[in-house]
Amino acid sequence: MSLVDVQNVTKKFGHTTALDNVSITFDNGGFFGLLGPSGSGKTTLLRTIAGFYYPESGSILIGDRNVEKIPVEKRDIGMMFQSYALFPNMSVADNVGFGLRVRKVPAVEEKRRINEALELVQLQALADRRPSQLSGGQRQRVALARAIVTNPKVLLLDEPLSALDKSLRVDMQIELKRIQREVGITTIFVTHDQEEALTLSDRIGILKAGRIIQAGTPREVYDRPVDAFAAGFLGEANWLPQQLLDGLTLPGEKQSHRFAVRPEMLTMSDAAVDGRNSVRGKLVQRVFAGALATCLIEVKGEQWKLIARDRDLPDFAGEGDVWLNWAPEDTIRVPA
Amino acid sequence: MAELTNASDRRRLVALLSPAYLWLLVAVFLPLSAMLFFSFLTDLPQDTPDWGFTLGNYARFLSNPTYGTLLWKSVTLGLTVTLACILIGYPCALVLARTIKGRARETLFLLVILPFWSNSLVRIFSWAIVLRGNGVLERFLELFVPFDLRLNLMFTTTAVVIGLVHSYLPYVILTSYLALQAIDDDIIEAARSMGASRLTILRRLLLPLSMPGLMAGAVLVFVPVVGSFMEPRILGGRVGTYYGTVIEDQFVAVYNWPLGAALSFILLAVVLLILALASPILRKANT
Ligand SMILES: Nc1ncnc2c1ncn2[C@@H]1O[C@H](COP(=O)(O)OP(=O)(O)O)[C@@H](O)[C@H]1O
Ligand SMILES: [Mg+2]
Repeated sequence: MSLVDVQNVTKKFGHTTALDNVSITFDNGGFFGLLGPSGSGKTTLLRTIAGFYYPESGSILIGDRNVEKIPVEKRDIGMMFQSYALFPNMSVADNVGFGLRVRKVPAVEEKRRINEALELVQLQALADRRPSQLSGGQRQRVALARAIVTNPKVLLLDEPLSALDKSLRVDMQIELKRIQREVGITTIFVTHDQEEALTLSDRIGILKAGRIIQAGTPREVYDRPVDAFAAGFLGEANWLPQQLLDGLTLPGEKQSHRFAVRPEMLTMSDAAVDGRNSVRGKLVQRVFAGALATCLIEVKGEQWKLIARDRDLPDFAGEGDVWLNWAPEDTIRVPA
Repeated sequence: MAELTNASDRRRLVALLSPAYLWLLVAVFLPLSAMLFFSFLTDLPQDTPDWGFTLGNYARFLSNPTYGTLLWKSVTLGLTVTLACILIGYPCALVLARTIKGRARETLFLLVILPFWSNSLVRIFSWAIVLRGNGVLERFLELFVPFDLRLNLMFTTTAVVIGLVHSYLPYVILTSYLALQAIDDDIIEAARSMGASRLTILRRLLLPLSMPGLMAGAVLVFVPVVGSFMEPRILGGRVGTYYGTVIEDQFVAVYNWPLGAALSFILLAVVLLILALASPILRKANT
């Protein structure tokens, strides 16, 4: 069942085409991450779904309603802004109750729903405070409570956590996921942080220059990227130099394709391993970082990276020639 | 306000602020003190050798009801002009700050503060040309109606109000504009995403958030208008006798400085009283 359905949407700003014939379906109750480099059109897509922009062509379905010509006020969406956009002249409770008041919800019910929403984000104690008296994380929660209190059809988040520092950010990711599950609201969020996208999303879409180049579960996109850009954007990829392809077992036709291996699929040894693909390289650097170690290896002029548990790596004396091995089925194949 | 922790900080602060205080002393406090002193004199010392102290100047305000009537007339004028400035200026500021973007906004903004660039006398006489019988306004309106209009606004209270509103409107637009354009676009968009109509956004967000600016503008208009004399005199003619014109007369025509000074201080006291009474509203606007 799809809740938000974007079909062939094109959005231009003057001569820039911010969205180029975008089609993507967001399932009911799902947590959907839109990922892409800066300027790829993520915000534009989100704001077009919200109704701040009208597309030049294409259709947008929210629920069973065509909304592409309906203004944002009437689309029944919840949106959380990067700046939180809390109303400075209102208390936390009034901020959360704003949407309910607009919908003329009776006072008793309004109060109950404000309390419920604040409980969900664990802020009941701060209901009477002003936004200026809250910390960054607390403001974030108020913004979230305010966005979902009206039971909108879809929750839209534009880089929701980018204003928080690292540790708070991880806490909020977990919190956001919990709340989204609890409420069961269809959620679309924009990020340029691939780790965040992988942590939060049930499905992700990768944007590049105004086009969706791939959409699917994080697993699918990570394991079977459709092109070199997707392979490099979601996770890291070690590209196989062309002259090494011949001795290796590779999936599918080699003609006009490129091949890559994820850093964590590699093992390192001092000799080639039978039944696996092996390439020779020169260990340049080995960085110990707690649980994991990262090795930089030069393979025929390409810079490769290997990530493994430090204890799983053989003890080479410093730098030198090594063999990198991986299972043939772990090879990524994309059109050149 | 940050606490001043040590003596050297405090000394530096005093050093930094003293030019401002010195200026305040010379430009405001000394002349005001001199005027206060004058207001208790029977005559000016340089004119009459046997001058003395008296409360008579203040007593004249109380004994002659004309002064009170004129003061009330001036306060009413101040309220009328302030209200008109708010009703015209705030919507202008709203359009300027919230709907117009880019270069057009800067250009319009310069046009709005254009009255500030011109000499106030020139401005007032221009209005006289526009408003008088058979003047620019009448000729213009007659282009649209088939009959003779006989519109003569010159030497009416309306003319005085028009002239004053024109002079002081930029203050309201300026302060409201500054307050309005400081409001984050995200806030308005957030309200829209929650389904708020334009009216709701105006009533619950834009108006409360820009209230400090609007109130500052209102005060900036009200205070000088209550004491104004030039516009009433030139545009009001015979109906243009106000408290301000009476004070001016004492200084330039009758040459009774002590009475003029006393009347000025009564005006100052009344204006301060009105501001004090209004201060709960003004303060509320600031939170
Ligand atoms: N309001 C706008 N006016 C003009 N161009 C815009 C506007 N918003 C976005 N763009 C352009 O559209 C493209 C996509 O922008 P955006 O959606 O903000 O990207 P992202 O959020 O992925 O960084 C960019 O080239 C940007 O310059
Ligand atoms: Mg963006």
